[in-house]
Amino acid sequence: MTRITRGFHGRRRPDVDPARVPPGQYVTQDFPVLSAGPTPHGSLDSWSFTIRGQVDQPLSWTWDEFQALPRETVTRDIHCVTKWSKLDTVWTGVSVDRLLDGVETSAEHVTAFSDGGYTTNLPLEDLTGGRAWIAFSYDDEPLHPEHGGPARLLVPHLYFWKSAKWVRGLELQLEDEPGFWEGYGYHNYGDPWREQRYAGD
Amino acid sequence: MTDSQALDGNAIAGTLAEVFGSDMTTAMGECGHCGARGPVAEVVVYTRAPGVVVRCRTCDGVLMVITQVHGVFCVDALGLVELQMPA
Amino acid sequence: MNWQPANVLELIEQTARTKSIVFDVPGWGRHRAGQHVDVRLTAEDGYQAQRSYSIASAPEDSHIELTVERIDDGEVSPYLADQLLPGDEIELRGPIGGYFAWEEAPGTPVFLVGGGSGIVPLRAMLRHHGASGSAVPVRLLYSARSLEDVIYQDELTAADRSDVRLTLTRRQPAGWSGYARRVDRELVAEVCWPAAERPLVYVCGPTGFVEAVAGALVSLGHDPARIRTERFGPTGGETP
Repeated sequence: MTRITRGFHGRRRPDVDPARVPPGQYVTQDFPVLSAGPTPHGSLDSWSFTIRGQVDQPLSWTWDEFQALPRETVTRDIHCVTKWSKLDTVWTGVSVDRLLDGVETSAEHVTAFSDGGYTTNLPLEDLTGGRAWIAFSYDDEPLHPEHGGPARLLVPHLYFWKSAKWVRGLELQLEDEPGFWEGYGYHNYGDPWREQRYAGD
Repeated sequence: MTDSQALDGNAIAGTLAEVFGSDMTTAMGECGHCGARGPVAEVVVYTRAPGVVVRCRTCDGVLMVITQVHGVFCVDALGLVELQMPA
Repeated sequence: MNWQPANVLELIEQTARTKSIVFDVPGWGRHRAGQHVDVRLTAEDGYQAQRSYSIASAPEDSHIELTVERIDDGEVSPYLADQLLPGDEIELRGPIGGYFAWEEAPGTPVFLVGGGSGIVPLRAMLRHHGASGSAVPVRLLYSARSLEDVIYQDELTAADRSDVRLTLTRRQPAGWSGYARRVDRELVAEVCWPAAERPLVYVCGPTGFVEAVAGALVSLGHDPARIRTERFGPTGGETP
């Protein structure tokens, strides 16, 4: 039986409305950096965001074109599968709804792909309806590379591994293809409120 | 250029001992992506993630991913062609 | 290898940011200098945190000692460095790690290079070297920001010691005649044995430091297979 360590409570913040904390999560005040590989360091000159796959024509934006799009600032709670949650995080980015506006597709699945080879899969539906952004600013500052800058996918209603750092585009697909963590046993969908951490949960 | 956040195989010696049953830091492995060989202690390790990601120091290819699913260790070592247990 | 209880016997202030903790671990076998332990803390609600710490003591010492560097926004190190009291109990498992370990045996010279808290496992090696009466030539090159940041300062700067070279990278005391810059190829060439003598080298510290030093050694002709490395991450302290 594991012994309790006197006086240890980690970094967690105690007084939080429990209704905002999904099962099994602990609220943190800092912003942990989690990575599966080295931080990519590309230049904005060569950055682009692309929507491709089951579309008539791929759509692509350079950084300047992307910055010229209407942006939103949103405040959301985020939940990592490693059990930390951070409340009231502030992000600025372009809504994925806006990027998909006018795009006709029969695809129901999406793979988000990133610099460095990371991928994650989501239902196309979960990227719409005001639930997803390509975020380039956190807490009113340009998104730091260690947190996924210059831009990351932001899908706060799912576990944060779905919010792919260093995102470069979305591949619209007819078939669902497990991404990086999904292929290593993590849940295909990842709803924190149903505690869908691992495949089969 | 190694990411400053990255550790090496020494950092997961305890986890590997739990998974494989013995100290693996001196075990020799061969990367399935580029053929580089070296001791497990010298691989590039990312521990701050939903699982432990082990990458080749030469080519950054993923050698191994270790996750814990409901307390059970799952090891995917498909990136390793060979892992020679220490004598 | 199982988790076992470790009782805190003594806490020793080292530098402003580091503290040594001496433990009594019932049933502890003999470790090898350079090995580490994993430490596990459990909160009342079941929350657990785990970190690795190099063993600072030699196998010959009567109790095991860990040296913890307090990371400002750390989760585990502030607890270990500031809250632990004699009589407290934590869990640890080990000793672990046969790669970054040195055991006294006749052979080629040994060169130890430590950056910041990377000194910890190297100090265990030096203590083992002394306690075992080893005739193997050994040298330590230790990079710290200032003299106040030198861990085990009394031990490593003792007057009768000739095997330690310090380099103080940010601040030096008045009249300092030692090295005063980051470890570079030239410094390594000056302090280390020539490659022809095939020294066994152990490098420990922040990832960037280890990469730079290992690279310098290889460029000087040292055999990569005779260079052992242990990376502590960006700050050289809390891992992971």
